[in-house]
Amino acid sequence: MASYSTNEFKAGLKFMMDGDPCSIIENEFVKPGKGQAFNRVKFRNLKTGRVNERTFKTNESVESADVVEMDLEFSYTDGEFWHFMDPTSFEQYAADANAITESKDWLKEQYTYTVTLWNGTPLLVTPPNFVNLTVVETDPGVRGDTSGGGGKPATLETGAVVRVPLFIEIGEVLRVDTRSASYVERAKKD
Amino acid sequence: MMLQGEQLQSMLKRRAKLLANVRRFFSVRNVLEVSTPILSSAAPTAPYLDSFSTQFSAGNNAKTLYLHTSPEFAMKRLLAAGSGAIYQIATVFRNGELGRQHTPEFSMLEWYRPGFSLTDLMAEVDALMQQVIGLPAAVIFRYRDLFMEYLQLDIEQADDETLKQLALERIPGLTADWQTDRDGWLEMLMSQLIEPQFSALDTPVMVTEFPATQAQLAKIEINTEGHPVARRFELYAGGMELANGYDELCDATELRQRFELDNQLRQQQGKPQMPIDENLLAAMQSGLPQCSGVALGLDRLMMLHMSVNNISQVKSIAFIES
Repeated sequence: MASYSTNEFKAGLKFMMDGDPCSIIENEFVKPGKGQAFNRVKFRNLKTGRVNERTFKTNESVESADVVEMDLEFSYTDGEFWHFMDPTSFEQYAADANAITESKDWLKEQYTYTVTLWNGTPLLVTPPNFVNLTVVETDPGVRGDTSGGGGKPATLETGAVVRVPLFIEIGEVLRVDTRSASYVERAKKD
Repeated sequence: MMLQGEQLQSMLKRRAKLLANVRRFFSVRNVLEVSTPILSSAAPTAPYLDSFSTQFSAGNNAKTLYLHTSPEFAMKRLLAAGSGAIYQIATVFRNGELGRQHTPEFSMLEWYRPGFSLTDLMAEVDALMQQVIGLPAAVIFRYRDLFMEYLQLDIEQADDETLKQLALERIPGLTADWQTDRDGWLEMLMSQLIEPQFSALDTPVMVTEFPATQAQLAKIEINTEGHPVARRFELYAGGMELANGYDELCDATELRQRFELDNQLRQQQGKPQMPIDENLLAAMQSGLPQCSGVALGLDRLMMLHMSVNNISQVKSIAFIES
């Protein structure tokens, strides 16, 4: 297994820590006075999503993690796994419930998601920043109200609930920002 | 990515102007600019300072040479030979040091003042900072007082275990298996818990009376409280360590002992021992005048001047693109 020395540390580097794959967020080389150098590293545990800090002695080394990011199309779910496909090789990948925690409200067939794979298994599924989804349930629209003030909840086809302006009707397609789970605008028809 | 066009021009101009102002500062004060060799057959022994080495090709006379990590030893030879007050703007080399505030090849401003006390030199450093980049006057703290003030810890009383426990408790990401010596713990606490608080002061900070074990090439004296301390100071500004100055040790016998102790530490850590600078020791033996000297990181000064936080932004071409 390849390893990295602290000299190679940089944001985005994937390495193993306490058995889990991690990604460096920030690396700071510290050399106090004429004393011993060390690296202060902020990293994300890719399995739990938690951010941690760790101090490494300079020249200490860590094991690399076989982590890659791929753009995959969501195919379907069988209730236990969520199946994604590489649109060029047609290879299939099955993500479990843990991997889709952050994206389960935004999974729509044929949409492309960024999937982080560890040793070939999906670890994390990240939705695109914006998705277009159809409203399946909301209170009747208020005619003439286009101000966008106030608002009401609307349930989308993926199960997500977002706040929308009063004039939105069932069946309309909305552009939604997945990062804040918020309504952006009415989507233009494809 | 290299700076381009106007951005590059603006940085280069400000850098050139800064250097011109530094030179004017010393010219007015009758301090002479000198230039000393970059290559030397000797190297500093300091355990955490790694020199680059290279080979001189000369048949049977072939030998290993080291790139200087600062012009200190050569300048002290000039002082011993009677140069009088001197300064140097030098490119210096330190292996393995790369980060936001570190680059293996950097610019150093180093100067020596025969007859100056450490206090005189600190005042001169302060004057330079005020004149050249318009910083406010520095405030001065003693090393021990900083630990009292910021960590409620008296380092003259605390044992190594107390320092370790405090570091493990207060510094995120530090694990219990971390091993270092007393100075290592002190430096850890200083760099991670005390220095970051200096930014709240809005003035540069000078720290004096370092522990005697961190004397490096400074004289050791017994302070008013009866503790041995190093006659050394460090200047911090903008979240960076900018300068390190000494009331210079002039005793060749003691200097040789410190070099040998360094080499023993190197051996214990499995690092190569470095060839001691016999030319420096001989010069000191012949008589180095009482003097104070300081090394100041010019690239970091430039970072402060330009309000940028990465050293590569003040280099014409950054190390990783060189």
